[in-house]
Amino acid sequence: MSWADWWATYSTLVLSVGVYGMMALSISLTLSCGLLTLANAAFMGIGAYVSAIATTAFDLPFFEALLLGTLGSTFVALLIGLPVLRLSGVYLAMATLGFGEVVRIILLNLDITGGPLGLNGIPSLTQWWHVLSALLGTVFLLRCLRASRIGRAFEAIREDETAARLMGINTHPLKLLAFVLGAAIAGLAGGLNAHYTFTLSPGNFGFENAVDILTMAVLGGIRGLPGPLLGGAIVTLLPEVLRDLQDYRMAANGLILILVVLFLPQGLWDPQRIRGWFKRA
Amino acid sequence: MLSMLAQQLVNALSLGSIYALFALGFTLVFGILGVINLSHGGLFMLGAYAALFFLERHWPAWLALPVAVLVTGIIGLLIDLLVLKQLRRQRAPHLMPMIATIGATILMTSLAQGLFGAESRHFPLSFFDNASLTLGAVTLPYAQVAIMVIAFGTMITMGWLLKKTRLGIALRAIAESPRAAALLGIPVERLFHLTSFLAATLGGIAGILIGLSFNAISPFMGQPMLHKGIAAIILGGLGDIRGAVLGGLFLGFAEVLAVTYLSSEYRDAFSFGLLFLVLLWRPQGLFGATHLRSA
Repeated sequence: MSWADWWATYSTLVLSVGVYGMMALSISLTLSCGLLTLANAAFMGIGAYVSAIATTAFDLPFFEALLLGTLGSTFVALLIGLPVLRLSGVYLAMATLGFGEVVRIILLNLDITGGPLGLNGIPSLTQWWHVLSALLGTVFLLRCLRASRIGRAFEAIREDETAARLMGINTHPLKLLAFVLGAAIAGLAGGLNAHYTFTLSPGNFGFENAVDILTMAVLGGIRGLPGPLLGGAIVTLLPEVLRDLQDYRMAANGLILILVVLFLPQGLWDPQRIRGWFKRA
Repeated sequence: MLSMLAQQLVNALSLGSIYALFALGFTLVFGILGVINLSHGGLFMLGAYAALFFLERHWPAWLALPVAVLVTGIIGLLIDLLVLKQLRRQRAPHLMPMIATIGATILMTSLAQGLFGAESRHFPLSFFDNASLTLGAVTLPYAQVAIMVIAFGTMITMGWLLKKTRLGIALRAIAESPRAAALLGIPVERLFHLTSFLAATLGGIAGILIGLSFNAISPFMGQPMLHKGIAAIILGGLGDIRGAVLGGLFLGFAEVLAVTYLSSEYRDAFSFGLLFLVLLWRPQGLFGATHLRSA
C-alpha cells in the first residue's frame, strides 16, 4: 500500500487520535484541579458547531472560524463556570452532566444547527499539521502551567481544597481558570474535528462522548501529560483493533474501563511506577 | 379541557411513580454505600430484558417477572462483590466507583445489544389488548393500574423496611456512619451487599414497569433513565429516601405537563434545566436536609 493510499484510508483516524488527545488533555486539566466535570464533550460540540456554521453559512476563513469556535466555548464556559464551580464532588459532576444534556438538546432543536440531521457538507479544511500544531501548542501550554505557581496551586486544591485555601490560595478563580481553559482546548479540538469529518450531529457530543473522554484521561493517567495522550490514542484506536468483535466491541471497552479502575487506579502512565521499574533494574 | 388535565395527571402519576422507584434504588446506594452507582441505568435495562427473556420462553407473567427481578438483583450483587467491594477496600476516591460503574453499564448495554439486537422490542403479554377501567372522564388501562399498584406497593414496602424493622435501623445507622455502625456490631459489609441487591431489584422493577408502560424496551433505555434518576435524586437531595420519591414524582409531573402544555422537543432539556437551576439554588435538594461540608 502506498503512502497516499494509506493516508486516504486512515487520515480520519490519525487526525482523531490528535483531536481526542487534546480532549483528554482538556478533561485532565480540570481533573488535575480535583474537579470532575462532564461538560467537555458539550464544549467540543459548541466549538465544532460554531466553527462549522462560520465556514459554511458565513464563508469565514478557517482560522477565524476556529478562533470563533474556541471563543464561543470559552465564553459559555465562563458563563456557566461562575455559578457551577461553587459546587463540588458529585454535585459538580451532575450539574455539568445536566449542562451537557441541555447543550445536546438545544443543538438538536435549533434551525441553524440543522436539528436532528445536523450539519452536512462542512468543507474539509483540517490538515495534519493543523492538528499537530494545536496538539503541541496545548501540550506546551499545559507544561508551562504545571511547572508554574498556578500548576502547584491546582495540585494543592486537588489534594485538599480547605487546606489550600488556608495556605492563601484563592481557589475560586483558579478553578474557573482550569475549567475555562479546558473548555477552550475542547472548543478548538471541536473546530478541528468538524472540518475533517464533514458532518456534525448532536449525538456526537452527548453523554457517551463525555464518558469516552473521561475514559481516555483515566485510562492514560492524569499524573503527567503523556498519560491523556496515550489514553486518547488507545480509546480512539480500540474500536478499529476490536472490529472483529462487532456488536461486542463496546463490551470490551466497558471491561477495560472496570479493569483499569480496579488494577491501575493511577492509569497506564504513572511516573512513580515507571521510576520504580528503573530502580529495580 | 378539564378531563384532559385529569387524564394527564393520571399519566404523570404513573410515570412519576416509576421514576420514583428508580430513584429510590439509586439514592439507597448513595445513602448507604456512599457511591454514585452509574450502573443503575444498566440494571434497569437488564431487568426489562430479563423479563423479556423469560416471557419469550412462555413462562407465565407471575413467575417470569419476579424471577427477572431476582436476576437483576443478583447482577447488582455481583457488581458490588466484584467491583465496588474492591474499591472500598482500596479506599478509592469517589471518582473511581463512578467510572467503574460506567464501565459496567457499557458492558451490560453492549451485551444486551449483542444478545437481543439493537432494535426496540416489546413484551409478549396479552393484557395490553384488554379493556380499560373508566372512572368518570379518565380512562385507566389495566396495565397502568398494575404499574401504579406495583410501584407504590414496592415503595411502601421499602419505606416500612427502612423505618420499622431492625434491618432498616441497621441500614440507617450505616448511612449515618459506617464505622460507628461496625463498632456497634452491625455487619456493615454484608449489609452493603444486601443494599446493592435491593437497589438493583428496585431498578429492575422500574425497568419492567417502563417496558409495560411504553410497551417498548431497548438496550439504550438505561441512559436517559439514569439521567432522570440523577435529576430526581438531586431534586430530592442526595441520599434522602423520601426526597428521591418526591423528586421522581415531581419529575414525572413536570415532564408530562411540560409536554402537554409547552413543547415536546424540549422535554428532556426541561428536566435538566430544572436540575441545573436546583443545583445552583439549593445544592442540598428541594426537599432534602443533607448537610454539606461548608468549610
